[in-house]
Amino acid sequence: MKILVCISHVPDTTSKINFTDGDTKFDTNGVQFVINPNDEFGLTRAMWFKEKQAAIVHVATVGGPETEPTLRKALAIGADEAIRVNTVATDGFSVAKQLANIAKEGGYDLVIGGRESIDYNGGMVPGMLAKLIGANFVNTCIGIEVEGDKATAIREIDGGKETLKTSLPLVIGGQKGLVEESDLRIPNMRGIMQARTKPLNVKEPIASNAETNTVSFEKPAPKGAVKLVDNVDELIDLLHNEAKVI
Amino acid sequence: MILVYTESEEGKIKKIALEAVAYAKGIADQMGTTVTAVSINANDTSELGKYGASKILQVSNDKLGNFNAEAYADVIAQAAKNEAAKVVVVTSSANSKFLAPALAVNLEAGYVPNVISLPESTSPFKVKHSVFTNKAFASTEITTDIKIIGLGKNSYGLKENETSATSQAFSPNLDAHDFDMEIVSVDKATDKVTIADAEIVVSGGRGLKGPENWGMIEDLAKVLGAATACSKPVSDMGWRPHSEHVGQTGKPVASNLYIAIGISGAIQHLAGINSSKVKVVINNDPEAPFFKAADYGIVGDAFEIVPKLTEKLKEFKAQNS
Repeated sequence: MKILVCISHVPDTTSKINFTDGDTKFDTNGVQFVINPNDEFGLTRAMWFKEKQAAIVHVATVGGPETEPTLRKALAIGADEAIRVNTVATDGFSVAKQLANIAKEGGYDLVIGGRESIDYNGGMVPGMLAKLIGANFVNTCIGIEVEGDKATAIREIDGGKETLKTSLPLVIGGQKGLVEESDLRIPNMRGIMQARTKPLNVKEPIASNAETNTVSFEKPAPKGAVKLVDNVDELIDLLHNEAKVI
Repeated sequence: MILVYTESEEGKIKKIALEAVAYAKGIADQMGTTVTAVSINANDTSELGKYGASKILQVSNDKLGNFNAEAYADVIAQAAKNEAAKVVVVTSSANSKFLAPALAVNLEAGYVPNVISLPESTSPFKVKHSVFTNKAFASTEITTDIKIIGLGKNSYGLKENETSATSQAFSPNLDAHDFDMEIVSVDKATDKVTIADAEIVVSGGRGLKGPENWGMIEDLAKVLGAATACSKPVSDMGWRPHSEHVGQTGKPVASNLYIAIGISGAIQHLAGINSSKVKVVINNDPEAPFFKAADYGIVGDAFEIVPKLTEKLKEFKAQNS
């Protein structure tokens, strides 16, 4: 089985969000970049397939050279090979198109993406990629088993979960549940050393077009101070008469 | 023409779908056109006119009894093509987010989810949407001929706009690929309000000390008709199921009221609940970061305050019903 894990290079969840150049660009100053958490759950699940079912695991991202440390980390965690499509990730569609090309060329059986990236929250790359390559697709995926060319996937739905049977090739939009938080791996020294010699292939992008274009950013207006109350009667009164939510 | 997909569950149109119709009507007014709604296996679509739909395409098909992203996207795409829709509005529900990417590829349409208001302009077509898990907003231009908008829950409101609506049956062509996925089982609590649908969410954190103490959270939620939720550490420790985890890597919450009990308010948690309208925090630590993000707060012991709040709310409900 050949697995492609699509990795988004995103600011760490604790990052302060600021913008520069007249609020047109994300301010990367002092920001630590990581593997998108939803993708990391998928990557860790892919490691399980590698160990239990001898899967070959490749990782790919669309971005400039600054994304390479993130790919190296994925290699240190255990991926066999990394691919970087050397272009700026502009919108979800153009990224999906580049990754679809990688997926097609590599003949992957399973493509694992994240439910959404924690920066732009588009949540569209895996679904678009699946449609572009004509593969089946399961979003908000919290469990995946593969046997031959059949797959069983569990999808989180509002208030519960749904179990689906489908066939490969399959694309999933993964999230926590694929593995637990405690299953995530911190690369060890051996992994880090090995990652240095594993292939990181840089590919030039195919012709693609963005369909959306972010013009500017803004931050929410600062919030007013909290109203502290002493007792529950006062709280109920405020929620009823002032906030009008009960 | 603006097309809006009106989601339903077990035949009943969802409230977020009504909000999407109202929003579609808002865009239609900006662009001087009308709204067509497409519904799949809904029993009663009479309400859609109230929010501004002038035409309703009703799809009835037993094969579409369960949500199926591939097939549903196909249905909406065909409706959009038939009606020559310029803008397609969907919600930001899990199901809409599942089907929208396929719909976008099919229609060669640019798609922006988590949109929070009417387009800032319709030529160029520019919308504001939340990014960085509600820590910022972006203004994004959609440059394709057809545009797809995923409306964020609770961001536009249920604005009424009485319109006389005509209904007609719509029979899309479905192909075998639409049914490549077989639902083996569905495991869903039917008696509980889900976080996605809830107007009010009651959420507990590590301050509750253990899963055995969740009774008071459930009691409070019950009085309020609320969904229950939890912080990330609580779900990581297995006190509560993953499906209740709200925050950056969990579920987003966009309820009218969010009550956080014994949750300190880590940046990742706050990001996930930021689009809730009113936030209440109950915590014994006055320095908890949540107090900076909340509208109302009580500093004190949750084990004393929560049962008292539940009792008083019962009295309040009895008086006000």
